[in-house]
Amino acid sequence: MITGLGVVAPGGIGTKAFWETLSAGRTATRPITLFDAEPFRCRIAAEVDFDPAREGLSPKEARRLDRAGQFALVAVREALADSGIADTVDRTRLGVSLGSAIGSSTRMEEEYVAVSDRGRDWLVDHRFAVPYSYPYITVSSLATEVAWAARCEGPVVVVSAGCTSGLDAVGHAVQLVEDGTADVMITGATDAPLTPITLACFDALKATTPRNDDPAGGCRPFHRDRNGIVLGEGATVLVVEEYEHARRRGADIRAEVLGYANRANAYHMTGLRPDGLELAEAIRAALAKAEVSPSDVQYVNAHGSGTRQNDLHETSAVKRALGAHAYDIPMSSIKSMIGHSLGAIGAIEIAACVLTIRNGVIPPTANLTEQDPQCDLDYVPLVARPQRTDTVLTIGSGFGGFQSAMVLGAADLEAA
Amino acid sequence: MTGAVVTGLGVASPNGVGTEEYWRATLEGRSGIRPIRLFDAAPYPVRLAGEVDFDAEAYIPGKFRAQTDQMTQLAMAATVMAFADAGLDPAGMPAFEMGVTVANSSGGIMFGQRELQQLWSQGPTYVSAYMSVAWFYASTAGQLSIRHGMKGPALVLASEQAGGLDAVGHARRQIRCGTPLMVTGGSDASLAPVGLAFQIATGMLSTRRDPSRAYLPFDRDANGYLPGNGGAILVLEDADAAEARGVPGVYGEIAGYAATFDPPLDDGEPGPDTAAYDPPRGSGRSPRLRRAAELALADAGVAPGDIDVVFADAWGLPALDWEEARAITELFGPRGVPVTAPKTMTGRLYAGAALDLVTALLSIRDGVIPPTLNVTEPAPGTDLDLVLREPRRRTVRHALVLARGLGGFNSAIVVSAPTTHARSST
Amino acid sequence: MTEFTVADLKDIMLKAADGTAPALDGDFLDTPFPELEFDSLAVLEIATLLQQNYHLVIPDEAVAELTSPRVVLDYVTARLRESE
Repeated sequence: MITGLGVVAPGGIGTKAFWETLSAGRTATRPITLFDAEPFRCRIAAEVDFDPAREGLSPKEARRLDRAGQFALVAVREALADSGIADTVDRTRLGVSLGSAIGSSTRMEEEYVAVSDRGRDWLVDHRFAVPYSYPYITVSSLATEVAWAARCEGPVVVVSAGCTSGLDAVGHAVQLVEDGTADVMITGATDAPLTPITLACFDALKATTPRNDDPAGGCRPFHRDRNGIVLGEGATVLVVEEYEHARRRGADIRAEVLGYANRANAYHMTGLRPDGLELAEAIRAALAKAEVSPSDVQYVNAHGSGTRQNDLHETSAVKRALGAHAYDIPMSSIKSMIGHSLGAIGAIEIAACVLTIRNGVIPPTANLTEQDPQCDLDYVPLVARPQRTDTVLTIGSGFGGFQSAMVLGAADLEAA
Repeated sequence: MTGAVVTGLGVASPNGVGTEEYWRATLEGRSGIRPIRLFDAAPYPVRLAGEVDFDAEAYIPGKFRAQTDQMTQLAMAATVMAFADAGLDPAGMPAFEMGVTVANSSGGIMFGQRELQQLWSQGPTYVSAYMSVAWFYASTAGQLSIRHGMKGPALVLASEQAGGLDAVGHARRQIRCGTPLMVTGGSDASLAPVGLAFQIATGMLSTRRDPSRAYLPFDRDANGYLPGNGGAILVLEDADAAEARGVPGVYGEIAGYAATFDPPLDDGEPGPDTAAYDPPRGSGRSPRLRRAAELALADAGVAPGDIDVVFADAWGLPALDWEEARAITELFGPRGVPVTAPKTMTGRLYAGAALDLVTALLSIRDGVIPPTLNVTEPAPGTDLDLVLREPRRRTVRHALVLARGLGGFNSAIVVSAPTTHARSST
Repeated sequence: MTEFTVADLKDIMLKAADGTAPALDGDFLDTPFPELEFDSLAVLEIATLLQQNYHLVIPDEAVAELTSPRVVLDYVTARLRESE
């Protein structure tokens, strides 16, 4: 059961602002302001306007924490407040499963620059390393911060699986609650990849769009002219709670995770086969776990990264898994609005699914003015669509060949 | 036979590449801790570490080598060994029935530093196309799934030095959820100039120059630890599935697992500026480590008296050693169980600490507990039955393995002797 | 003028395969990259190395068309001639 939600995403901080961005179909992509992106091939991204002090972080937290850690802390505080879980839970049965693809890489790079004299020295000078530089190269430090914020004493871990980290972290949390290891899990994901090194990595792969002259139209999932991803950043934290535990304390159950599965394509670290076989298998397994048939799925939150290969791969996978029903089910990509925040996006997309279920409105695929004829499903172009959705599927695909799927359902169905 | 059983092992460790090489060295008390050679460590106060003498070409094709950091190569070599050891050709197995959960802590940092240097000294177009797949934490799970055609669940777990155990616990859960075979364990290669510099900044490493007097867990002279590169991989199978395929032998069962977390040091915001990652001080810590051990024992359905040996986390800092010693004596009584730390011969391998599980399984197989090296005078107050200098003969039916990670992670696994198809010593 | 020879190309391809690429022992120029065990990532790495070593900027569209060693050889040769 999902009983709390916290979101930091481009376009606005907090669940409310996030949903306003999505339901308005607004694109948060713009020229990069976080650093001088002039020497890079791709110079646009979906940035979060983030002032640590305004978001309630202490100067100490702002100094100690990487941007990804700061996002996570803001999101976990919102989620905890939203859930009202404090003091109702046995801390030894409260855990954390946090997703992140690249951890505290913003500070890691800054610290690298400091100790290497701006890349001049191979034998970096350890005397310039701040005492907490080590957590910047160990992704688990982000889970530590979240666990402290929630005062957990149960199992705490970071799940890292590239761009499906968020989905897999929540999936792991659900497994722990299901098998009785924990009563409540604080879960979700965070990433802040808008740094020179990450931009350079994506430049080298030609994976980002070079459409610098049209930031808002940069990310065009399922579009005939799509040519790459737009990087984003952000975090989502969810409170996942055992049903009886939630019911006993009278928690407001926002939605339920019905099923989850992850698979590997065992093919290529960055490439995808057009048949979408392994993603389809993940979808099938998640539906089976959820005991949901393809005809029951009312919305698909797509990975929809906006690369040539992903959108074809994904369209095939959805058709392969859902059969003829695929053509009737609305499917949209919120990356068209908030970009691709690597490990965080899977959790942000789960938040979007929860809000879709709650509000009965399907967020659109922005920028989809001219559909690729090979992408022939209903991608909810441009404008949000009011529609009751009780059962939704969210899917992700990422570097490493990881393929994940999760089925979520409205809570009141179960309760009734 | 039910449960999740270990059917294959692979090791790439500072004191031995190959399971039997490693095991011989460990029983003979041969250490892999030496002056750092991967780069010139002269400018640093820490110049000793456990590096792996390792011919990557012998295990890994060129195209995989080019796009991986050593953290992945260590796991890849160990996986090749583990499959061979399990008598398995993954190409002949159903792809969706094999998954990967491995631990990692610090990413592909040597590769990463090289490319950061390219970026900052020359510019973005000088960054390798391989950087994006070599550095990130999940790299090893992706590459292993590709190399061996494993399409089941795949991901990386990170909980600093506790991750190696958490990965195996997670793999066992995937077996229970229906994937009959999991490749699991962990690997790390933190030894790059920037990796070492940041580790030095924690203040937790030993700055001693004498390899025999540097990393001395539970010793009155404990003064920090030394890091090591390394990887250990286990093939974990559903016991019935292993039986059905005619498994050549079983090392043991992952019988119990649990993880706990230490709360902040006080009731306010976690620590002053740096205390968050300082060595946690004295009190407040051991109850959670003990609880992890208790939960793992309960999960395995065994009592403290059933445990024949404890493989300690053995951090090598007085306060942390004391806490662990207290947790062990509270659970087993003073000198109530043999305790050992063969990692004194490798350095602390971070996610590679899954190696302790391999060692525990070999102890079960051969009925011998490997020694803790270099420790001569246990610290006052650590009332442990440490296995020092010489291996100790003892039938091992159940072993408890402990691991802790900086930031508050505690993990414990109970490995138990197989009920059938036991491996015989080679 | 900077020359770009078959040997130069082979060097770069070897670098992208950490020194081991059995397929480069024979005639490899006209074999498509995938058949030489050079996947899309390896071709991007070849492009990166060419950019570094020959101070070229290779546009995305051109990278997409680098399907075999021969195409790379001809492309780099033409670009170097242009920049005379």
